Amino acid sequence: MSLTEFFKNILRLPKTLKESIIRHGKPTSDRTKSEVVMSNIFLHIHSTRIQRYTLKKTFTMGLGVMAAASFFILIVTGILLMIYYKPSVDLAYDSIKDIQFIVPGGRFVRNMHRWATNVMIVTVFLHMARVFYTAAYKRTRSFNWLIGMALFCITLALSFTGYLLPWDQLAYWAVTICANIAGSARELTDLLGITRYFDVGGLIKTIILGSEEIGQDALIRFYWLHCAVLPLLMIVILSVHVWRVRKDGGLARPDEIKPEELAGIEVDEKAEEVFNNAPQKTYGLMCLVKGKTPLVNKGPEDTIPSWPILFIAEFSIFMFILAICCVLAYFIDAPLRELANAAVPENPAKAPWYFLGLQELVSYSALMGGVGIPTIALLGLALIPYLDREEQSVGRWFDNPTGIKVTINSVLYSSIVTIGVLAFTVKFGWLRNWFPDISQLAIILINPGTVLVAFFVLWSMICMVKYDSTRLSAIALFTCFLISFAILTYFATYHRGPNWDFFWLKSQWPIH
Amino acid sequence: MSEEEHCKIKPEEVTRRDFLKTATMWTAASSLGLALLGSLKFPKPALFPDIPKTFKIGKASDFPVGTEKVFKEKSVVVQSHRDGLCAISLICTHLGCIVKAERKKFDCPCHGTKFDDEGRVVYGPAPKPLEWLKISQLPDGKLEVNIAKSVPLGTKFLFS
Repeated sequence: MSLTEFFKNILRLPKTLKESIIRHGKPTSDRTKSEVVMSNIFLHIHSTRIQRYTLKKTFTMGLGVMAAASFFILIVTGILLMIYYKPSVDLAYDSIKDIQFIVPGGRFVRNMHRWATNVMIVTVFLHMARVFYTAAYKRTRSFNWLIGMALFCITLALSFTGYLLPWDQLAYWAVTICANIAGSARELTDLLGITRYFDVGGLIKTIILGSEEIGQDALIRFYWLHCAVLPLLMIVILSVHVWRVRKDGGLARPDEIKPEELAGIEVDEKAEEVFNNAPQKTYGLMCLVKGKTPLVNKGPEDTIPSWPILFIAEFSIFMFILAICCVLAYFIDAPLRELANAAVPENPAKAPWYFLGLQELVSYSALMGGVGIPTIALLGLALIPYLDREEQSVGRWFDNPTGIKVTINSVLYSSIVTIGVLAFTVKFGWLRNWFPDISQLAIILINPGTVLVAFFVLWSMICMVKYDSTRLSAIALFTCFLISFAILTYFATYHRGPNWDFFWLKSQWPIH
Repeated sequence: MSEEEHCKIKPEEVTRRDFLKTATMWTAASSLGLALLGSLKFPKPALFPDIPKTFKIGKASDFPVGTEKVFKEKSVVVQSHRDGLCAISLICTHLGCIVKAERKKFDCPCHGTKFDDEGRVVYGPAPKPLEWLKISQLPDGKLEVNIAKSVPLGTKFLFS
C-alpha cells in the first residue's frame, strides 16, 4: 500500500516541489498578482500596488534604480576580481596586471567594475538632485533623506578605498594626499602650538594608514574597508532606505494629479469598480495613523498592480545600465600607471574626476578645502528637511514657476560667482602672494573656497527674505553648491596641468 | 477610599521582579557599551615599522661649495654654501607630495605650491616652509642627516 503511495510521490515530485516553493497560482488575478509580490522576500520590498504617478518617466527618471543597478554590477564584478587580486604591496600591482592582460575576460571585468563606479557616482548625484528638486524629502521622508546622505558618503568612500588597491602611481599619490588631508587638523593645532600634546590630525592619519607611512598596513586596511565593511554597510543601509520608501507609501507624489500628467501610463480598469461600487458599505475609524494620510477626503487611489509592470520597468533600467557599462568597458580601459614609487609623484597628481572639485578647493587650503567645506556642505544637505518644513505640494520638479525662476537665477548667480572667483585666483593669486608673512589662520578662514561659500549663503539669505520661503532659499543654496561643484570639477579636470598651473588646453602642457 | 484620594496619582509601586528586570537590562546594556568602547582601541596601530630616521651622505669633502645633491630615496636635498651645509626636506608641507628641486626654487606638482631657494612659501596652499634638517658628523668623519629632527630655517652646519 505504502509502496504504491511512495511511487506516486516520486511521480508527483516535480509538482509538489514547485508548489512548496511557489505557494500561489499564476499571476492572473489581482489577488495572485499581489501574492507574487508579497510572498517573495526579494520582491516584497515593493508594495503590491503602486501609484500610477510612480511610473511617470519624467518624474524619477529611474535614477534610484539606476544607482542600485550599478551597485549590483559592482558587487558581481568585485567578487570576480577578488579571485585574482592579492592585497600585498609586493603582489598587488602584478595581480592587477594579470587581471588586465592574462586572465580570460579579466580586462573586461575590471573595466566593468571601473565604469559601473562612474555610473553609480553620477546616478547617485542625480538621484539626490531629483529628490531635492521634487521636494520628496518632505513630510514623513526626512529621515530617509538622511539615510540617503549616508549612502552617498559610503558610495564615495567605496570608490576612494578602491582607488588604492592597484598600487600604481595614481593610487599611491591620491592616497598620500588624502591621508594628509585627514591629518590636516595639524594646521590648526600647529597654529595653537598644541600639536605636541594633542595631535588629532596625526591620530586620524595613523588610524587610516595603520602606520605612519603608506605601506602594507594601509593597503590591507583599504582592502578590508573596500571588500568587507563598506559593502556590508551599504547593503544594510540601502535595504533600510528602500524599505522606508515603501513604508512611506511609495514615492512622493503631488496631492492633485491632472489626468494628462499620467498619459501613456497603464490603467487598471478594475480599480474604479473595486473601490467605488460599494455604496452599501459603512466605514469606521479603525486606527489612528501618524501624519497626514492621503486617503482623507479623497477619491479612490489611482493605483495599478506592481506585478508585472513595475518589475518590467526596473529590469529594463537594469539592462540599460548593464548595456552602458558593457559598451564603455569594451572600448575604454581602466587606467593603470607604473608601479607605486614613493620618491616621484605624478605630475599633475590628480584624484578621480569626481573628487577634482574638492582637489581644487584643497589647493587653496588643505584644512578648509579637504575637511571644513565638505563638512559644511554635508551638514547643510543633511539638515535640509529639518530646516525647511514648509507645507507644500511635493513630487513636481522645482514645485512651480517661482521655483523654476529661483533655480535659473541661482544657476546664473553661481556660475558667475564661481567663474569670477576662479578667474581672480588664477590671475591675481591669493593672500599669500600679496602678504608673504600672513598668518595661516587668515588663509584657513579667507580663501577662494570659503569666499564661494559666503557668496552662496548670502544669496540664499536674500532669496529667503525676498520670497519669504525656506523652500526657495534651500533651492537657491542647493543649486549654487551643485553648479559650483560642477564648474570646479570641470575646471580642475581640463584647466589644471603640471604643478597645478592653469592651462587653457591640455595641448599646452609643458613636455617633460 | 475617599474621592480625593482616588484621584491622586500615586507613584507606581516597583515590585522586586520589575526591579531585577530593569537592573539586569541596565547591567547588560552598560557592559555591552563598555565592551564596544574598549574595542574602539583595536584599530589604533600600536606597532610601527622601524624605519631608520638617519642616513649617511658621505664626507664633508664630498660637498665643495656650490654642490647640491638630491637623495631621492629619502626625499632630501643637501646643499653646500659658503657658510656651511644644509639639508632641506623635499616633502611638501601641504599634503606630502615630493617637491621638485630646481635652481633657486622648489615646485610642488600636486597643488602648485612654490617655495623660494630657502623653502619659504611664495605661492600656493602650503601652510609652512619646507623643513630644514639636522646634519651631524659621526666619529669617522662621515656626515649624517636626521629626517626626524628639524632645525630653524636657515641653519647651516660647518664641518672640517
